[in-house]
Amino acid sequence: MKPAIRLLEHALRERILGEAMQLLARPGVQVGSAEARELLASAGARVEGGVAHLPEALVWQCLASVPREFALYGRGGTPAVRYGGDAVHFDPGSSCVYFLDGETRARRPAQTRDLVLLTQLAEVLPQLEAQSTAVVCSDAPDAIADLYRLYIVLLHSNKPVITGAFAAETLGGMLELLALDAGSEALLRAHPRAVFDVCPSPPLHWTEFAARNMIQLARAGVPAQIVSMPMAGATAPVTLAGAVTQHAAESLAGIVIHQLTVPGAPLVWGGAPSILDMRTGITPVGAIETVMLNLACAEVGKHFGLPTHAYLVASDAHLLDAQAGAESGVSAMLGALAGINMISGAGMLESLACHSAEKLVLDAELIASARRLLRGIATPTATLATEMFAALGSAGFLALKETRSLFRSEQHLPSEVIDRGSYGDGAPTDAFQRAHAAIPRLLASYTRPPLSEPRRAEFTALVRRQASKFGASLPPNIHGCAV
Amino acid sequence: MNQEILSRMRQSIIDGAPQTAAELAQEALSAGMEPLEAIDQGYVPGMNQVGEQFGCRAMFLPDVMAAAEAMRSAMAVLEPEFQRRGMARQVSGTVLLGTVQGDIHEIGKNLIATLLLAAGLRVVDLGCNVTAARFAAEAERQGADVVGASALLTTTMVRQREVITAMERLRPRVKVIVGGAPVTRQWAAEIGADGYAADAPRALELVKRLLAQTKGASQ
Repeated sequence: MKPAIRLLEHALRERILGEAMQLLARPGVQVGSAEARELLASAGARVEGGVAHLPEALVWQCLASVPREFALYGRGGTPAVRYGGDAVHFDPGSSCVYFLDGETRARRPAQTRDLVLLTQLAEVLPQLEAQSTAVVCSDAPDAIADLYRLYIVLLHSNKPVITGAFAAETLGGMLELLALDAGSEALLRAHPRAVFDVCPSPPLHWTEFAARNMIQLARAGVPAQIVSMPMAGATAPVTLAGAVTQHAAESLAGIVIHQLTVPGAPLVWGGAPSILDMRTGITPVGAIETVMLNLACAEVGKHFGLPTHAYLVASDAHLLDAQAGAESGVSAMLGALAGINMISGAGMLESLACHSAEKLVLDAELIASARRLLRGIATPTATLATEMFAALGSAGFLALKETRSLFRSEQHLPSEVIDRGSYGDGAPTDAFQRAHAAIPRLLASYTRPPLSEPRRAEFTALVRRQASKFGASLPPNIHGCAV
Repeated sequence: MNQEILSRMRQSIIDGAPQTAAELAQEALSAGMEPLEAIDQGYVPGMNQVGEQFGCRAMFLPDVMAAAEAMRSAMAVLEPEFQRRGMARQVSGTVLLGTVQGDIHEIGKNLIATLLLAAGLRVVDLGCNVTAARFAAEAERQGADVVGASALLTTTMVRQREVITAMERLRPRVKVIVGGAPVTRQWAAEIGADGYAADAPRALELVKRLLAQTKGASQ
C-alpha cells in the first residue's frame, strides 16, 4: 500500500466543482488580453466589458483535451520528470529577491553568484529532479531579469527547469533561448526542458500578461504551469473550501484560454494558495492552512486526472531555525503523501522572499525522508518475522543475512547534515552549521554541463540581443562569473 | 450629552458598525454639535484605538477594515455639513498612493489609504500598475507631500527603485515611502526611500512623522 492523504470527500469536491463552474459563468472571469477574449468569444463564451462568462460545456470540452501526462527532459533529451499520475518530484522555490548569506547568516539582495551556487547544489542533490530559476539577480538588468536567470541556470545545469516570465514581452526571448538549448523549436516542443509558471491574479482575473503567456506557451508547445494563488480572507473567501473553489475557477479559466489556442498543448494544474495572516498581512507559507489549501487544490486537479504542482517545503522563518525545519518538513511529508507531481519551495525562507543554500541542503534531507515515507511498509521476506526468529543466532539480528541484504532498502540513510552522532563526538553543531559545512563537499561533486564554447557564446549573444532590445546591457563579467 | 455621544461614536468605530456611526453623526448634527468635534473627539479617537489594538495584535485586519468602513460612513454624513457651512476640514497633508508597474495587488495599499483618510489626510489613490513616470507627474500635479509606492511581488518590488529615481526632481520636498509584503527596511534604505513601514498602522505613523518633518521644514 502506498501511503496517501486526501482532504476532500466526494460530496465536497463535487460542490467545489459545481460552484467553480458557477463562478466561471457568473461573475465570470476578467480577461485582460483582447486576443484571449476573442478566442473565448468565438468559442461561445459571452464576453462583456473585459469579462468572459464561460459556459460549463466549454470548460469540460477544454478539460478533455489537456494531456494527462507529459515528460520534462534534461539537456540532451533524457526524460527526467514525469508530470502525471501520483509521481512526486521536488524543485527549489523560485523568484526570491533575497539570499541568506551562509557566512554572515544575514540576508542580502540576491546576486548572480547566489543563483549559480543554488543551481550547482540543485544539480548535485538527487532529491531535486528539477531546477528552478531560484532568485531574481539584483546585479542583472531588471528588463531581462527573467531571461537572465534562465540563462544562468542553463549554463550551469542539465536538469529540467521550472521558470516563468515577468512580462508578456520577455517570454519570447526565454523560449528562443530554450529552443537554442534544445537545438530547434521542434526539438523544444518534442522534448520540453522547461515549464513556465503563469499566475492568474486573484480574484478571477487573467491579466493581459498572464493570458498572453498562456497563448504563447500553447503555441510553442512548452508546458504552462497555472499557479493560481488565492489568498484566503484577502483576495479569496476566508474559508478554505471557498478559496479552493476560487482556485479551481481561475485554473479552469486558464485551461480554457490555453486549450482553445492549441488543443492538447501540455499544462499543469499548479498553485500557490495561502491564507492571510490577519495580524501582519503576510501570506504564511508555513501555516498548516496554507498547506491544506495546496493539498486540496492539487486534489481537485488530480480528480480531473491532470498533472499537478504546489508550493510547499518553504517556511516563514527568517533563519534556518527549528521553525524553518518544522514547517518545511511537515509540508514536504504532506505534499508527498498527496502525490503532487512537482512540489516547489525547497530552500525558501521568509514567506518566499529569501533563498538559502543551507536550507536547500537541509530540505533535501526532508525530501529524502518524504520519499521513504512514500515507499511505505514493504514485505520483502516470505514471513514477516518468524523465519528471522528461527534463524536467529547468538549474535542477534545484526548478524542475520536478511539484515545485511535488506537494511539499505528498509532504512533511508541521511547524509551527515542530519545529526545522529553520539554526544561525545565533539561539540554539538546545529543544522545550519552542518548544512553549511556540507556545501563544499556537495560542490566538489559538481561538474559543469558540457556546453561547447561556441554554444555558450550563442546563449550569451541571444541574451545580449534581448537586453539591448529593452535598452539594457549585460555586464561583461558579473561576480567572477564570466558571461 | 456630548461626552456620552462622543463615547458612542468612538465605540461605533471600534465595533466597526457603519450604520450606528452614521446614525450618531446625524444625531449629533441634529443636536447642534460641530462636525469637527464629532470627528476629532468622537470618531478619530476610535480609529486611533483600533490602530493601537491592531499594533498590539488584539485586533486584526478585518477589524481595521470594518472600523474604516464605519469611519467612511460617518464622514459621508458629516462632509456635506462641512461644505454647507462653507468650512473645509483642515487637511494636514496630501498622500499619493499607487501599486507599481506590473503589479495589480492593492489590498495593502487600500488598507493604508483607508487609515490615512480616516486620519484626516487627503489621499490620492492612483490604483495599480502605475508607472514611475506617472507617480512623478501626479505627485507634482496633486501637490503631494508623501508618495507611497506599493509592491506585492518580489518581481515587481524592483520597480520601487524606478519610482524613487523618477521622483528625484521633487525630492526632498516630496517624501517617497515604500511598502508591500516582500519589502523591508533594508530594501527601502538600499533604494534610498524616505521611509518604510511593515503594516498599515505603522505606515500611518510614518506618514504623520514625515509630514511633521516637511511641514516643520517649510515653516
